[in-house]
Amino acid sequence: MLRPLTPSRCDGVNPRKPDMKTPILVILAMLSALLFATTTAAQTGPSPVQDVLQEHRALLEKSSRKTIGPAIDAIALSGLPQMQGVLEAWRAKDVWQRLDDGLFFIAKKNATGDYDLTDFDSGQVVGTAPKKQLKQLKPNSGIRAMIATALVTFQLTDPDPEKRAAALVSLTRDPEAALLPPLRASIASETDEVLLARKSRLERLMTMAYDTDEAARVAAITEMAGDLSLDFRATLNPILSTKLVAAKADEAANVNIAKTLLPGDEALPRDEAYALLVKQDLTAPLVTAADRNAALVANIKEARVGGIFVQRLNTEVARDEAYAALVATGVAPPILSITEVDAILANHQFFFAYQEPSSAVTDAARKALDASETNVAANQAIDLGLDALSLASIYFLAAIGLAITFGVMGVINMAHGEFIMMGAYTGYVIQQVIPDHTISIIVAVPVAFGVTFMAGVALERLVIRWLYHRPLETLLATFGVSIVLQQLAKNIFGTQARPLTPPGWLDGAWVINDVVSISYIRIAIFVLALLFLALFLFIMKRTRLGLETRTVTQNPRMAASMGINPDRVNMLTFGLGSGIAGIAGVAIGLFAKVTSEMGGDYIVQSFMTVVVGGVGNIWGTLAGAAMIGTFQKGVEWLNPSNTLAAQTFMIVFIIIFIQFRPRGIVALKGRAAGD
Amino acid sequence: MERSFIARNPSVLIFISILALFTIGVTVLSEGFGIGVISTSFVKTLGKTLCLCLIAIAMDLIWGYAGILSLGHFAFFGLGGYMVGMWLMYERTRQIVETSLAETALPPTPKEISTAIGNQIFGVVGSSEFPVIWAFADSLAIQLALVVLVPGLLALIFGWLAFRSRVTGVYLSILTQAMTLGLSLYLFQNASGLRGNNGLSGLQNLPGVEAPQSVVSVWMFWISALALGLAYLLVAWLVSGKFGSVIRGIRDSEARVRFLGYSVEHYKLAVFTLTACIAGIGGALYYPQAGIINPAEIAPIASIYLAVWVAIGGRGRLYGAVIGAAFVSLASSWLTGGQAPDINLGFYTIKWVDWWLVLLGLSFVLVTLFAPKGIGGLFDLATHNTKPEGKK
Repeated sequence: MLRPLTPSRCDGVNPRKPDMKTPILVILAMLSALLFATTTAAQTGPSPVQDVLQEHRALLEKSSRKTIGPAIDAIALSGLPQMQGVLEAWRAKDVWQRLDDGLFFIAKKNATGDYDLTDFDSGQVVGTAPKKQLKQLKPNSGIRAMIATALVTFQLTDPDPEKRAAALVSLTRDPEAALLPPLRASIASETDEVLLARKSRLERLMTMAYDTDEAARVAAITEMAGDLSLDFRATLNPILSTKLVAAKADEAANVNIAKTLLPGDEALPRDEAYALLVKQDLTAPLVTAADRNAALVANIKEARVGGIFVQRLNTEVARDEAYAALVATGVAPPILSITEVDAILANHQFFFAYQEPSSAVTDAARKALDASETNVAANQAIDLGLDALSLASIYFLAAIGLAITFGVMGVINMAHGEFIMMGAYTGYVIQQVIPDHTISIIVAVPVAFGVTFMAGVALERLVIRWLYHRPLETLLATFGVSIVLQQLAKNIFGTQARPLTPPGWLDGAWVINDVVSISYIRIAIFVLALLFLALFLFIMKRTRLGLETRTVTQNPRMAASMGINPDRVNMLTFGLGSGIAGIAGVAIGLFAKVTSEMGGDYIVQSFMTVVVGGVGNIWGTLAGAAMIGTFQKGVEWLNPSNTLAAQTFMIVFIIIFIQFRPRGIVALKGRAAGD
Repeated sequence: MERSFIARNPSVLIFISILALFTIGVTVLSEGFGIGVISTSFVKTLGKTLCLCLIAIAMDLIWGYAGILSLGHFAFFGLGGYMVGMWLMYERTRQIVETSLAETALPPTPKEISTAIGNQIFGVVGSSEFPVIWAFADSLAIQLALVVLVPGLLALIFGWLAFRSRVTGVYLSILTQAMTLGLSLYLFQNASGLRGNNGLSGLQNLPGVEAPQSVVSVWMFWISALALGLAYLLVAWLVSGKFGSVIRGIRDSEARVRFLGYSVEHYKLAVFTLTACIAGIGGALYYPQAGIINPAEIAPIASIYLAVWVAIGGRGRLYGAVIGAAFVSLASSWLTGGQAPDINLGFYTIKWVDWWLVLLGLSFVLVTLFAPKGIGGLFDLATHNTKPEGKK
């Protein structure tokens, strides 16, 4: 009996490089395979699956990712329905080979510790064998991926729609020219409308990339020109990928040229052009400074090189001179002069060549991609606008409490950021008590308001009311409070960030297309900001407290003589502003981490928002938030890698802005302006 | 007859005497020059404290006398540190590089040296090119001039913009805070040319000085004491004269001083710029003793602590600022340094590291509310002096 020669030593990854022996081994193995194929077929009736496997036995036994391709293709394209089972079993490492005759089976360990062998063709258990007489086919991860691709062919027509959908996903991730025909064939029989649409779309995309008919590819590309989707652009990009190539000037280049370059252009500095020539073996490498230095070091004789003392070689000029002396004596290759390099460069042509040979396809793809990119840019502008809007609503939310305490009352509260933090921690604590995220958030909002309202009232009663006529000292005292609150939070909750988890229905994003999307949390914050704006306007314009607040702000003594208690009004107003900061804290905590220092991140921006907008006017605060948000997003867009720069520029911008409108965007006029 | 300003302000003489005695005392007790009772690291802490007193004097001049609450003076302090740090780092790296290149077969060219230094300094931020701002880093004289010029120029431009548009009060405070925040964010970028968040390090090694740190620390202490003494004299002289009267007038009623015909903006700008220069000098002396400077040093909170020191010490009197800065910063480094014993209450152990800031914040609130004169006010009680300094 002929023993298989290679397999026992080759499983999984085969590090061995192909050598002269391999073809002989393959031939031997094939011969033996043929022998078995004929004999076994005669014994057990028709076995088309086993025949195919035996035909590629050598490759299966070798099990190397580099050579397995033809075997998998033959199995997948054999047209036998059982092959899906073969591939799945193979991928699951359930296929074993019987060492006696080299036949492949699905082997399952049975109760006795031996293996039951199931024949692929009949599906029957045809025998058992101890492990010693079997050898497992162990596909490595590379091969398993190839099997998965091959399985797609079967899965695309699987009766289970979920399997078809999964096949589409894997096909989208890893498309391949060979899979285009099976995909096309599967479209006709597709019954599910959603899957049909996806299949048709994928068919168009794969036609662009892999169809053998040039006209069909151009038609497919032109048809979808301007499309926004990522997959369309991802399909076109490889078609348009280029490579920098050099060729002799007098040789006609037999490639699809994207762009011709001249050495010395911005895209192709002379050094790079020359390096490319060297890389393509079109010319000899230049003598670099390092080469020259090495040559000098190698030729030091009696502390001299080329007649020059080594100590004097501390300038480029002296080194060149010494090297020239070496060249003259013939021990070193000459350095090419600039004109010589130019002459060599002039003798060659340089261009970007498409990997794709067909110029009709690349032209169409270029046009289609340009159209898409224009479209994408427009949509990106919309997306940026949405981002700016959401950042503006965050700033607005953080600043609206301040708009009450600072804008209306004129009290500068540096602990405002810490009230935001306090609100966020309140939300965190409530989430520890109430595990349901939806209910806990609904509870957290009023509780956070209550907690920070009380804190605000306490701060006003204990500290601020003594300092109404000393605004600078209010700033300092509230800063002291801010330090205390921050450190207390650190002592209680530790320094690590605490999560405030948004309820499930706020997860995810509203995706308009592949470019424009906005997360639900940001929409919620935007809505919350609008609600607060309405609430603020309602309280200030339509309630007794708002009326009294405005009165006390404008003239406390007159208000007092009209029967209003300024102390009480100040206390309530300050509490209201602080309470709103607490709610803002819950909202901000939903998308940012809750830390003891989170207040500090917002305090300067909040003050900027109020100051830029114009003190004492809620519309000004809104405008300030919109302006700062837009500006920051704009700078981030111009320089996306650097958000620090965006913040720096924003601050510089604000300092300059204050020059021109010292009272903010919406400045109060007349008596309301105070002073 | 016009008496000398020192005669009118006995506190100046007392202060200078105490500073001199303190300097001599530290020298005698130091490891480098004396009997070694005070460790080198504590000499450095004391030296750094003197630098903090220096910037506190600047803060007192601008806030206590001119009434401008600047929350950005640590930006100038940090810039001063960066300027001197550039030279220290460049020069030291150059010496190291030259020593290592001396081993090579060919003597190095100037370009090779500068590339190697660039690699050493800017390797951490993925670059080897010297940014433009390092153009003068090889010259000690120019960098020392920049210690004053760069903060001064920044203060001049910023102050001109701010005072010209009549930004006053809390708005100005917030604007100065924004300035220092902006500067620190800018320096945090690797592209700023000052090594991003790595900052400049190894500054405690003076290039070309073989002496051990125990000796160098005392030298730096002397220089810091000298700078503090000179700045104290300068500021005390300034506020005792007409200039002092005008800026106090601005503090108390800006509009009236303006109507009297004084150019309020120019006075403010002068005070702002001068204090920025003093702050720059303070930073240039502080960071060689600290050994490292990075952008976190000029975060807004630092400047606010500066205001805390001056408020606790007592503003509007120079010795108050010095006492506040020395007392609070030393207490802070002692209590947060882990040397202070924890207080065990049985059910809870008070760790000073955790509770120091709470205490500081609370005392700050209390001082603001009930003792606007700060610690310095205690001296008034002792001398039965009810008038602020300078009005005698």
